[in-house]
Amino acid sequence: MSKIYVLILGMFIVTYLPRLLPFFLVSGKKLPRKLEEFLRYIPYTALGALIIPGFIDAIPGHKIVAVVGIIIAFMLSFIRNSIVIPVLGSIGICMLLLSLGL
Amino acid sequence: MKFLEKCDFHDAIVDGSPIVIGFIPIAMAFGILCKSANLNLMASVSFSLFVFAGASQFIAVNLLIAGASMGEIILTTLLVNMRHVLFSASISPKLSSQMRKDIPFIAFGLTDETFSVASLKDKELTNSYMLTLEGMAYSSFVIGTFLGYVLGGILPIIVQVSMGIALYSLFVAILVPELKKSKKVLILVVSSGLVNSFLTKLAHIPQGWSIVITILFVSFLGVIIPLKKEGSNE
Repeated sequence: MSKIYVLILGMFIVTYLPRLLPFFLVSGKKLPRKLEEFLRYIPYTALGALIIPGFIDAIPGHKIVAVVGIIIAFMLSFIRNSIVIPVLGSIGICMLLLSLGL
Repeated sequence: MKFLEKCDFHDAIVDGSPIVIGFIPIAMAFGILCKSANLNLMASVSFSLFVFAGASQFIAVNLLIAGASMGEIILTTLLVNMRHVLFSASISPKLSSQMRKDIPFIAFGLTDETFSVASLKDKELTNSYMLTLEGMAYSSFVIGTFLGYVLGGILPIIVQVSMGIALYSLFVAILVPELKKSKKVLILVVSSGLVNSFLTKLAHIPQGWSIVITILFVSFLGVIIPLKKEGSNE
């Protein structure tokens, strides 16, 4: 087996185990209320950290375009309860701004 | 606990398509990077097939190009993916007992995107929903890697660059309905954005750590600082 596949195997293990093991640690037990609440907040705090500050560099070299794109996504998702429309709308506005030379 | 309507196959298709839109160009960029690093097609696709973790794959190939050792690359991968421990722990209580048998697959397909979409779904999660959602994300990532390697940059550059906004828009679109429902969510989201910005931009904590520290710290604050749950449906 060539070295690259050993690397891929190693990466598979260190990626898969962190995704898998918590299911067995948390599952089936009655968790303390505070811990349950803590786990419930994770999607929100994760999303905050996944969006900010990363989005600013979503379009390399064009921070303003990225900011406008995110604002459009925000507005579209406020008006329409949809995921596809804000995603396509923000891509569209970025394409428009970039082709205008911004 | 309230009885929620169950997610069906149709929900998965609707929720999975924006992930596909976001994943294809990223996966293609990964395929292009692999080719430029002189990896063969099978090794390149194997990365996506077995690892399926976007950011760490890019880091790994770049480290490979820079001549890093295998141990170094694997350690970096572990660090970058530590946040998944928190994701799995968080989503686990939401899976019903009949979903347990599919956990090996559900766990494999858990990414930032599938986790966020599934966690904030306002219906009860089901096997078919999780597996379809993750299957769409996974197959688009694998196919995208293949296409990028074989075809190179076929997308016009403006289109390709613009699609970089897609996953951020996806995250925003998942959050907005939740922000409307509860002020506490808004506070949690903004606080973690601020903490994460501070850690990455000012304290220069590596990305992998900063997100883990942010999630732990702000979620903990959320537990110990009681806020009136106005308008939330808990």
